[in-house]
Amino acid sequence: MITTWRSKVLSQSFLIFMVILWMIPLVGMVYASFRPYAETSTQGFFTLPDTITLDNFRNAWQQGDMLQHWKVTFIVVIPSVIILLFFSSMVAFSVSRLNWRFNVGLLMLFTAGNLLPPQAMIVPLFQIYNRVPLPTIPLLSESGELRGSLIGLILIHVAFQSGFCTFVLSNYMKTLPKELNEAAMVDGASLWRQYWQIILPLTRPALAALATLEFAWIYNDYFWAVALVQKGANRPITSSLRNLSGQFFTDDNLVAAGSLIVVLPTLLIYLALRRQFISGLSVGASKG
Amino acid sequence: MADSETTITEKTPSPDAADSVDASGKSARRRKEASLSSSDRWTLWGMVGFPTFLHVSLIWIPAFATVLLSFVRWNGFKLSQIKFIGLGNYVNLFTVWDKDLYEGLLNNLWVLIFLFVIATPLGMLLAYLLDKELRGTAVYQSLLYFPVVLSLAVVGFIWKSVIYSPRQGLLNTTLGRTEQGNQIDWLGNPEFVLPVPFTENYGLSANFLALIVPMIWQHVGYIMVLYLAGMKSVDPSLREAAAIDGSSEWQAFRKVIVPSLRPVNIVMIVITVITGLRIFDIIDVLNNPIGTDVLSILVAENLLGESTNVGRGSAFATVLLVLCFGFVLWYLRNTFSEELE
Repeated sequence: MITTWRSKVLSQSFLIFMVILWMIPLVGMVYASFRPYAETSTQGFFTLPDTITLDNFRNAWQQGDMLQHWKVTFIVVIPSVIILLFFSSMVAFSVSRLNWRFNVGLLMLFTAGNLLPPQAMIVPLFQIYNRVPLPTIPLLSESGELRGSLIGLILIHVAFQSGFCTFVLSNYMKTLPKELNEAAMVDGASLWRQYWQIILPLTRPALAALATLEFAWIYNDYFWAVALVQKGANRPITSSLRNLSGQFFTDDNLVAAGSLIVVLPTLLIYLALRRQFISGLSVGASKG
Repeated sequence: MADSETTITEKTPSPDAADSVDASGKSARRRKEASLSSSDRWTLWGMVGFPTFLHVSLIWIPAFATVLLSFVRWNGFKLSQIKFIGLGNYVNLFTVWDKDLYEGLLNNLWVLIFLFVIATPLGMLLAYLLDKELRGTAVYQSLLYFPVVLSLAVVGFIWKSVIYSPRQGLLNTTLGRTEQGNQIDWLGNPEFVLPVPFTENYGLSANFLALIVPMIWQHVGYIMVLYLAGMKSVDPSLREAAAIDGSSEWQAFRKVIVPSLRPVNIVMIVITVITGLRIFDIIDVLNNPIGTDVLSILVAENLLGESTNVGRGSAFATVLLVLCFGFVLWYLRNTFSEELE
């Protein structure tokens, strides 16, 4: 392929133009969040700042009760990701490393389940969650039933996301040499040992990519929590955003600061583990 | 990117899959299944059983129950009050609730059109340019991809406060429309910018278009990464051959790269359709302005609204389910074609 000098310059300019255009909302958010509303609303957005302040963050933090919401978020996200990867890797191992009657069918069931829209099952799910009683456990279950409990949220995240994870992990495990299982069987290793001590350690790169991606996805969940947790204070941070919009109604800079606080964990993880995000996504999508 | 490169080239059937395809596969499969000891068989049941039970009981059974509940009248309280009314909800769907249905369907369709016509080509173009590995590629890629990892709910908030704010947002400031009387309310204007011909009540409302723009902003990065991974998987020797032949850039692209992107196209279509049908967060977080209903919003408002109408919500959800399911089946057929033969 011959790349001419002219096409190089054109490509570079277009890319730079796109990056600048794409960054405007994010840069705008950061810039607005450090300025008082009284200033931007009179002088306009395109002015140099007279005042740089952290007040917006302080107010968003307090009015949005961010500490409580973050606590709830991590109580949901961390167990969800761990159980999710554990469950999905077991299914992926069973369908990709062993030949048995239902292996393809089961994988298709999981793959398809992940592609259904959450709204397509929410009506009955809501009724089920209303009717399953749970004993009271501090933090995890305080509403007396599945609906409103953090256990309920963890369960739906694991159930829904296991489709995607099983698909990705089984694609990855299929690429490992088949002889691994055979050698292990000759040695008399049990099925559990083949999974836990031989295959799972080799799957680590895919698990790392998925853990990053799923952390972000579950952290970003809005719908499940809005639908299945009735008490605003018990909702994870992303789904509590709408409560803030009422309180912050006119103050756009406060909204920007609130959004920045919510985005921050994702941003930090993205900066640190960018590769995992991108490879996780393309691994999952690649086997077409 | 190294991981994705290795897996995307994995188009050839894996050894296991090959087993089940060839003629002797059947007996080989039996043999292997039979070779599991009884304790191993219990382990297998356990490993598969718990996750499958959870997945089926919280995803598939409710999806199935949605269809059943679309044939009943029920306010969602006592189970004994459930009343079977046959196709009653569907008759209502096309007579009483028809305006909601068509507006919702149409808005979902607008999202799909804009994602396919604007976001997808733009994402492909960016992938193509990044594939040239010019200076700065890694940085461009990271920045353009970042919106994808954000929640669409937060994206809605960012755009509302930074871009669309009537008093100080970027758009109104640029247009000089920030004074009290002449502000443009981007998210509050339900007038049609694109009416559907021969109808009075249907079209693309201005505020829904304003919501589609951030959806595009997010979707472009997704498409870009998908296609970039696809292009990276093209056999380098083919590219070299094209270079030695003296092919122009365009020829090389058409003859070498495009044919290898077929699997990515399938994934792209499914992901875009599903994304377009699932749209919910950004509309709900901005308090669902007039003119922005989509199917998922119509389902949810029957769930949490003042008057719960389970039958109505389920009927809308069934429409959504049927639309998705067609694409899901098509995707499964393409993805598992080797295994199913």
